[in-house]
Amino acid sequence: MDKPINQKAWFLVLPVLLLVAFSAVIPLMTVVNYSVQDTFGNNEFFWAGTAWFEEMLRSPRFHQALARNLIFSAIILVIQIPLGIVVALSMPRKGVGVSICLVLMALPLLIPWNVVGTIWQVFGRVDIGLLGHTLEALGIDYNYVRDPLDAWFTIIIMDVWHWTSLVALLCYAGLVSIPEAYYQAARIDGASRWAVFRYIQLPKMNRVLLIAVLLRFMDSFMIYTEPFVVTGGGPGNSTTVLSIDLVKLAVGQFDLGPAAAMSIIYFLIVLLLSWVFYTVMTNYERGGQ
Amino acid sequence: MSTGVTKSINLNGPAGTLPASAAKAHGFVAPPKVRKPLHLGWLVMTIYLTFLLLPIYWLVNMSFKTNVEITNTFSLWPNNPTLRNYTVIFTDPSWYNGYINSITYVVMNTVISIAVALPAAYAFSRYRFLGDKHLFFWLLTNRMAPPAVFALPFFQLYSAFGLIDTHLAVALAHCLFNVPLAVWILEGFMSGVPREIDETAYIDGYSFPRFFVKIFMPLIASGIGVAAFFCFMFSWVELLIARTLTTTAAKPIAAIMTRTVSASGLDWGVLAAAGVLTIIPGALVIWFVRNYIAKGFALGRV
Amino acid sequence: MARIDLRNLAHAYGPNPQGPSGYALKPLNHTWEDGGAYALLGPSGCGKTTLLNIISGLITPSHGQVVFDGVDVTSMPTEARNIAQVFQFPVIYDTMTVYDNLAFPLRNRRVPEPAVDARVREIATMLEMTDVLDKRARGLTADAKQKISLGRGLVRSDVAAILFDEPLTVIDPQLKWQLRSQLKQLHKKSGYTMVYVTHDQTEALTFADKVVVMLEGEVVQMGTPAELFERPAHTFVGYFIGSPGMNVFAADVDGTVATVDGTPIRLPRAYGKAQADRKVELGIRPEFVRVARGEGLPVTIRKVEDVGSYKIARLTFGNREIAAVAPEGTEFPADGAGAIFDPAHLNVYVDGHLVDGAPAREA
Repeated sequence: MDKPINQKAWFLVLPVLLLVAFSAVIPLMTVVNYSVQDTFGNNEFFWAGTAWFEEMLRSPRFHQALARNLIFSAIILVIQIPLGIVVALSMPRKGVGVSICLVLMALPLLIPWNVVGTIWQVFGRVDIGLLGHTLEALGIDYNYVRDPLDAWFTIIIMDVWHWTSLVALLCYAGLVSIPEAYYQAARIDGASRWAVFRYIQLPKMNRVLLIAVLLRFMDSFMIYTEPFVVTGGGPGNSTTVLSIDLVKLAVGQFDLGPAAAMSIIYFLIVLLLSWVFYTVMTNYERGGQ
Repeated sequence: MSTGVTKSINLNGPAGTLPASAAKAHGFVAPPKVRKPLHLGWLVMTIYLTFLLLPIYWLVNMSFKTNVEITNTFSLWPNNPTLRNYTVIFTDPSWYNGYINSITYVVMNTVISIAVALPAAYAFSRYRFLGDKHLFFWLLTNRMAPPAVFALPFFQLYSAFGLIDTHLAVALAHCLFNVPLAVWILEGFMSGVPREIDETAYIDGYSFPRFFVKIFMPLIASGIGVAAFFCFMFSWVELLIARTLTTTAAKPIAAIMTRTVSASGLDWGVLAAAGVLTIIPGALVIWFVRNYIAKGFALGRV
Repeated sequence: MARIDLRNLAHAYGPNPQGPSGYALKPLNHTWEDGGAYALLGPSGCGKTTLLNIISGLITPSHGQVVFDGVDVTSMPTEARNIAQVFQFPVIYDTMTVYDNLAFPLRNRRVPEPAVDARVREIATMLEMTDVLDKRARGLTADAKQKISLGRGLVRSDVAAILFDEPLTVIDPQLKWQLRSQLKQLHKKSGYTMVYVTHDQTEALTFADKVVVMLEGEVVQMGTPAELFERPAHTFVGYFIGSPGMNVFAADVDGTVATVDGTPIRLPRAYGKAQADRKVELGIRPEFVRVARGEGLPVTIRKVEDVGSYKIARLTFGNREIAAVAPEGTEFPADGAGAIFDPAHLNVYVDGHLVDGAPAREA
């Protein structure tokens, strides 16, 4: 049953188009415009060509921020995806427990991002925070303000706290859609718990896992508010990820040209990597094991 | 469980008509290992939920303490519970105005997003038209735009239109992420409604708008609920853009919170109380839509 | 392969069943002989799937015992029972090849790989699936998938019984017929005990040596297809099996005479007078009703349906409907028609259940 061709459907899409054009296309054009111009102030601009792009692509500062962001996203995915799957597998399937788990798990997702930062900023403090205080009491030297490694530890555990539930909820939705007969057949076939997971549950979660990986990659790659509140990008520049660097460049230093060039490169990297993830995962799903 | 194993061995024994020797030759002697199912689920959930709730509990705990108690003694619960921190917030209009601001632009954004996404999602789910696939994909790429990229251009754009520090500015800016999302979720729900229903309605003489409002929208009510929930959620939690586009009149609660604290030094108690108050609306929303959350996630569209 | 005994088996889903209607399965005793092909036939919700799941161990019965070859397996989990089951919707492992699907139950039981290979190829040949062994199971048609799930049962040579839960529901009609006859052959070749749940009488009668007919959680008859046809033990069996179903009408029975709306009909056997509050009915298959001119029960012929190989006459007697089956080419009298019942196949039912009369003394 194919959908009928109807060009009038454009009228239905028009409001979305206008709105998104206003809120996305115009700003994006501004960015492109800045990225190829230079200014000495007084609203006088002149053509700079690809100079800003070249400068940005050669800049060690950009490379470092990009590297930090890639490492951050990689760690996030490596922790959150398996953990989310384990949590989803552990969730109750019926009864009041389901509602309780859903509500409690969704809670961190609905906290404003700077409050998430504040919660962990406080929680990790050695003097007044439970985490920092406990670690100190255990004799572990922990201070996220001074030690880069501790700062990383804090923002990673914060992100795990903040977003693992999203992965878990997605996987849970995939799990509950598996018909009971599959589990019965597996029992009859004498399948082990691992085999049930590997050959029934994992294949059925494929689709939601793709979405989970994409969302978690994109959002961790664009992260700004939470680490900014906790560490402000420090100590030094150790937790300055791309977004933090970009805002520093654009709002802090008001270097519009480089900031615009960086924005475009940044956006393109997100698009490219998302596309790679998407292609690899859909191929994996279609192709071999 | 161990008795089950021994019994099943008996079963394979002489009773079967297949000669036992043949079974041995094939190696079909090992019965399946009968495992006691691992009920570690509750343990994992308990640990995980504790992990989720501890930092929140700590914030709540602090919000009922005085600053002296917070900084001088370390206790797992307030020794001298006080409501002072909350009183500070509720007696200062700049605080509760922050709430009203946040709620206002979040609701505006949700209404706008759903209103424009509904017809578009219908078009994508029902018709083919020139460039539909590219358009759909392009819409989704907007979800991948880093907010930091848009912060500055948004500021300039809305300055040019004189919209800076208005609720509308934030609501429109958040449409960048929420409209693609709403279109995506709604398209999924709409594709689940058989097209025969549309055709029957047109044959019965319904006009498109009347059909859409009277018949179609009730059918995808849960989809609208799910989409609205996600719009609400993303608009409520996003702060980078909301803060960039507002100065005083439309400043969101979460932004006021950090500013007030930095202005008044380290008033931890008030900070904690303000944090707790920003969690409550989200918690309420989840509670009301809890039965729809799983359904929305089940579509695999977030 | 095993003999399966059900002893005083009953099941209620709720903890405290209220009266007999609270039971999904009413108490029953039953034996499935080793190597037999059985069908469980009944309308939706009659408890046949519940019974099947009790045998396979997916449900633990609330009362009674399930015994395999003399061993009580009631409390044993499914995986310890050596049962294979084919479900209504094909259950296959999507990501595996057909070969791996078939090998899966064996590998789970740590069977050495050479033995696995030999057995998988043997079963694939039996199922005529050797050419798709290396294909991914996901892309196959519904009937091929069902064959794989059956194959996963057949592949285990120690299997006690293979259970089928309406396995042909999602199969195209023309393939249904084909798969059904393949199944019958497989049963002969493999010699496994097979229990086949269905609501389709054709499937049940062609597949099974013995058919168990269920109604509302109760077994109303078990017998060969011929027995079910000739002597339905319950009016429901009469309705449900055969096309058209058995003619059943209320009658007064006294001795060897049944009276239907004032018209007496002679019975081959003698019956006692039934109690007044019991419902007494007379049943006769359309195949044993003959239409003749001027004899028997005076009827009018409402219409005659020609279904190709035979004709069905729809008769009315008073306000009762009677169907009669006659061979192709039969001419029906235009007026003054009468229906003659073959006395040997007249059955008397009290409250739905068949009653055996005493041999009639006077002719």
